[in-house]
Amino acid sequence: MDRRNSIKSMILGGMAGGLALHGCKPQAEAGASQEVPGYSYKYGRTPEEKERIMELESEVFFSEHEMETIRVLCALILPANEHFGSAVDAGAPEFIEFMAKDVPELQTELRGGMMWLDHQSNTMFGTEFKAAAEADQKKLLDTIAFYDSSIPLDQQALEIQFFCLMRNLTVCGYFTSKIGIEDLGYKGNTPNVWDGVPQEVLDQHGVAYDEEWLAKCVDQSKRNVIAEWDEEGNLLT
Amino acid sequence: MQIKESPKTYDAIVVGSGAGGGMATKVLADAGLNVAVVEAGPFFDPADPDQMTQLKWPWESPRRGAPTERPFGDFDTAYGGWEIEGEPYTHKNGTKFDWFRSRMLGGRTNHWGRISLRFGPKDFKHKDVDGLGENWPIGYEDVKPYYDRVDKLIGVFGTNEGLPNDPDGFFLPPPKPRLHELFYINGARKSNIPVYPARLSMLTKRINNERGVCFYCSQCSRACQVYADFSAESCLIFPAQKSRGQVDLYVNSQVREVTTNSEGKATGVSYINKEDRKEYQLKGRVVILAASACSSARILLNSKSAQHPNGLGNSGNVVGKYLHDSTGSSRAGFIPGLMNRKIYNEDGVGGMHVYTPWWLDNKNLDFPRGYHIEVWGGMGMPNYGFGFNPNEFNKFFNLPTGGYGDSLRADVKKYYGSVLGFGGRGEPIALEDNYCEIDPTTVDEFGVPVLRFHYNWSDHERKQAKHMQETFEELIHNMGGEPLGATPSKEEDYGLAAPGRIIHEVGTTRMGDDPKTSVVNKFQQLHDADNVFITDAGPFVSMADKNCTWTILALSWRASDYIVEQLKQQNI
Repeated sequence: MDRRNSIKSMILGGMAGGLALHGCKPQAEAGASQEVPGYSYKYGRTPEEKERIMELESEVFFSEHEMETIRVLCALILPANEHFGSAVDAGAPEFIEFMAKDVPELQTELRGGMMWLDHQSNTMFGTEFKAAAEADQKKLLDTIAFYDSSIPLDQQALEIQFFCLMRNLTVCGYFTSKIGIEDLGYKGNTPNVWDGVPQEVLDQHGVAYDEEWLAKCVDQSKRNVIAEWDEEGNLLT
Repeated sequence: MQIKESPKTYDAIVVGSGAGGGMATKVLADAGLNVAVVEAGPFFDPADPDQMTQLKWPWESPRRGAPTERPFGDFDTAYGGWEIEGEPYTHKNGTKFDWFRSRMLGGRTNHWGRISLRFGPKDFKHKDVDGLGENWPIGYEDVKPYYDRVDKLIGVFGTNEGLPNDPDGFFLPPPKPRLHELFYINGARKSNIPVYPARLSMLTKRINNERGVCFYCSQCSRACQVYADFSAESCLIFPAQKSRGQVDLYVNSQVREVTTNSEGKATGVSYINKEDRKEYQLKGRVVILAASACSSARILLNSKSAQHPNGLGNSGNVVGKYLHDSTGSSRAGFIPGLMNRKIYNEDGVGGMHVYTPWWLDNKNLDFPRGYHIEVWGGMGMPNYGFGFNPNEFNKFFNLPTGGYGDSLRADVKKYYGSVLGFGGRGEPIALEDNYCEIDPTTVDEFGVPVLRFHYNWSDHERKQAKHMQETFEELIHNMGGEPLGATPSKEEDYGLAAPGRIIHEVGTTRMGDDPKTSVVNKFQQLHDADNVFITDAGPFVSMADKNCTWTILALSWRASDYIVEQLKQQNI
């Protein structure tokens, strides 16, 4: 069905009726979906939003040393296991770089936190964090990786806040990636027919459906039959 | 700069293409009229692959859906938000009102929650109950036939429960509750709080051959490519384009003012074409404002002339006043009984399958008016924010929080789907002192004076929010859960959202029989100019503890029927 081919309808840009030419691609439509050279994303964006993404991607925020440090941290926070790749394999470092540019408020904490990490590593092991032995890296992280959940985060030591942020972005980057969603086992985002909670799940969680409630619910075998009602609003089909 | 005039005279010019404008366009076009629709944003069709966000994966966005650009996240459909570059608004006396604008064909209907609740008999005459606010000049019986028609035209699922103030209708069958909703039903019963199937405008069953049926992706906020939910363009504007009348769509066209003649009657509108930044005029026999309650008030106040020196429709000084938004307070809880879940697809529809309408009698309470309870939860698609503080809930089991390594994977899976949240959405009292007006010191990038807001909540709303929080905590405990975060304090207004945040702006051009205390009559016709109508939520006298869209649609249909009749009789 082409919903725009009604010959009686015109989609005009801002132009007044008399000024528009029939048969031309309407400006308004072109406006919403205009091509931006070099742009590769395939989800609905306005031209301004596409430009913003292009602009952010053309910027470099973290130095190569910082990016390597981020990769080391991501791999420690979510390493590969026998079934799934690491947060690095899932693209978490690139996501963190993008977010640092997209949300500049993150920059000082991330960059400063990594400087702190290098300083601490140098003090403890005589080498910067990324070059330290994995056992030493973990020894250092063990001092900042746990937080006291009874104290608001912004009142805790800066290095604890930094690692929380790095962990949040890493875990988020992982579980919003293709690998991470497969790992999680999320089954949705696809056309389907919802027909209630599976019985074994109801049993596992100790709940049940009321028959009376179920009787009101959609009969999925008739969902494609056009609805008709009597005068009281009772569904007939 | 010369203003360019169109030679054509339309039967009607509709300003705005959301619920109110879309419905007016549909009804007028069905009656064979020539209609111009003037929309400030670009053309939008949920079925256009270039604009689609539905069924995309989080990794398809470089920010994984983060709300940096769009306030409800990268995949939300609304173009715009609380702030729009080049289109500011201001505030008076340090008060707050957050104004959400969606600049696109269909406006805010592209991303809304589709919660479609009729107002009940009490909602139109609430002053009779508690002496507060004002009664509507119409009652439920005036609107009921139009609610019925809206149900059948657009489609809404729900159930006839025979409730006194939450009327029955013509419902499609609701979807079965999800697991967290069964927990909610059980928890609510312990406190004698009733729960019913939700009422959302999503097609759980086919209503015609032009629109598809819901395929349960839970993404109505991304606008549905098969038109299985209500958006104004897909359900009203596009069908109007195929009807008897002629519909011309002017997009990227922001109306500046309604033009009037020496008799004070409207002659059309002037608008700014955002593409060439020039001003144009359209001529029409009738002008219908449906630009949103606040935008329509702004257009009226900016439409000054010798005949309307105080702004069009503003002889009684009422335009902009009685602005109100729903109250809102929210809370979430961790429910241990929902841990360690077996994974299956429980996306469901794009919103709640069950809800609680207002259930108490205010005689026993210290605040007027009520609220309904919305509920959310489940194993949703990961998006920006997923995995933050992955094992925070360890604190409830005296286990360490934080750490790193492979165990974080197990923590995330253990807690996936174990959070359930509530939104209370209630009725405020409309006050004259809550208003928008023209700020003479500020213009937008098109040179049009902007709105300045003045809005304070009263103790009525604060006490209602307090009651919401107490109820939510009780419900969470009933489910064996732990409320998350501290109880919002008195100083925090008990979590009461800032005015505007619930995006139900209504009341700025309220209806009434007396031109001194109202802007439009009971047919939403300006007292001061009989060929100007308002079909957004501006004419609402009061909000009710319901969402406003279904009433906007019903009233717009009713007003549009009246317009067709008046045009036929050559009264306007």
